[in-house]
Amino acid sequence: MTQSPLLAVEHLAVNFPDHQVFQDLNFTLQRGRFLSIVGENGAGKTTLIRTLLHQLKPSAGTIRFYPERKAMRIGYVPQFRNLDEEYPLSIRDFVGLNLSGFHLPWLSRKERQAVTTALRSTNLTAIAQRPLGMASGGEKQRAYLAQALVEQPNLLILDESTASLDNMMKYELLDLVKHFNREQNLTVIFVTHDLPLAKQYADEYLLLRHTGYEYGPIAELPEDALISNECGGEVSHA
Amino acid sequence: MLSLPFMQNAFLASTFIAIISGIIGVFVIARNMSFLTHTLSEIGFAGAAFGIFAGWPPLNGMLLFTMVSSVIVGQLSVKAARREASISAISSLFIGLGILFLSLANKTASYATNILFGSIIGISRTNVLQVLLLSAVVLLVVLFIYRDLKFDSFDHIGARVKGLRTNFLSIAFLVLLALSVSVAAQIVGSLLIFVLLTLPAASARYFAHTVSGMMVVAVGMALVGVWGGLYLGFVTNWPVTFFIASIECLFYLVALGYNHWRQG
Repeated sequence: MTQSPLLAVEHLAVNFPDHQVFQDLNFTLQRGRFLSIVGENGAGKTTLIRTLLHQLKPSAGTIRFYPERKAMRIGYVPQFRNLDEEYPLSIRDFVGLNLSGFHLPWLSRKERQAVTTALRSTNLTAIAQRPLGMASGGEKQRAYLAQALVEQPNLLILDESTASLDNMMKYELLDLVKHFNREQNLTVIFVTHDLPLAKQYADEYLLLRHTGYEYGPIAELPEDALISNECGGEVSHA
Repeated sequence: MLSLPFMQNAFLASTFIAIISGIIGVFVIARNMSFLTHTLSEIGFAGAAFGIFAGWPPLNGMLLFTMVSSVIVGQLSVKAARREASISAISSLFIGLGILFLSLANKTASYATNILFGSIIGISRTNVLQVLLLSAVVLLVVLFIYRDLKFDSFDHIGARVKGLRTNFLSIAFLVLLALSVSVAAQIVGSLLIFVLLTLPAASARYFAHTVSGMMVVAVGMALVGVWGGLYLGFVTNWPVTFFIASIECLFYLVALGYNHWRQG
């Protein structure tokens, strides 16, 4: 398989005034791969994602996207959003929100088609007119996924997206994501605490520890990856 | 009734006001800004009183105060934890200022009543043109930033990840809201801005599930309220504001009942 990088992180460091989150982080994510980012709370998973999304500035190092960041379409599925049960928009309208920009107020035929396709591919067509506030947890996550997919992203980031779902829904959501990953060569970054899920779906892992990091093929992800190891200060790069 | 020039003016002005109130109201509800809207109306009261004190048309004073303060209030209340306390403090200060300006202007209580509760019947053709112009500005800006404003209002997290300029959108919306408050105060008065800027949109969310659908329903409810209020006010000689408030509250209660029935 020919490899072409989608993301290259070199010597990345992020420091907050009171502490250093990580330093000298290096990894390259190839197009079409499924990367799991795992790590203890506070190890920097969210900080890394926010840095990739340009919401935080790195203290040192570089993040390179191919194509460049401006041309990249990044889909992002968070763990939850502040949408209560009275949230009024239908699932269809919610998915269409991502088609933003200074265009006509209404969606073009092509854009409506993109929404329909995103709904169909996430099995939401039958309930597309239902208010999102009345949807179940799993349906909501699929709606967030559909919204992220509607612009046909080059990179999909799942930020603990399965954390609030029951087991069946977790697998259902990740089966869908894996399908897009395989069929459409969609590159995926999956942030999780759930090691069995990471092992089942990912190709590679990035394990962030308070003391360093590991990056390698998923088969090498240590069973005790999330057991705190404050003494092992060594930074390894598999 | 419509042959009388003052009723023609009242109907024209209230029609434009209902349209922008319904449209802006949908965003007010989505952005949880009902309380802030109320504060802006109190700031509007102080502005109108200042206008009278300074010898300007009250609308100009209102526009000046609401536009300048909307941005400041918005910045002060960014943190949810201190939002209510900040807004309460600002409300109190501006109501106090309003009373001071009226007192300094040596105006009678009827002026305060007009500002607080509206005086649609007293609207002139020039006022109608002002309302029309301001409504057009609000509509054009909304049209221009519609998709981004919609995304940010209904899914703030998604909009931030997309890289939309959410701070700019927030300030732009506050200025639009300030304009709408000043315009809507012409008919329902500053104390009852809620009636047109929040109630129709709050009711509409139970009946429609698209942003455009909610706008249509909210504008419809606001129009029925102001037209019905003007007609009933004309027939009974009771205050127009009373009828508008009653009609909109009725719509809201029906909407809540409908939602209860739907979920039940």
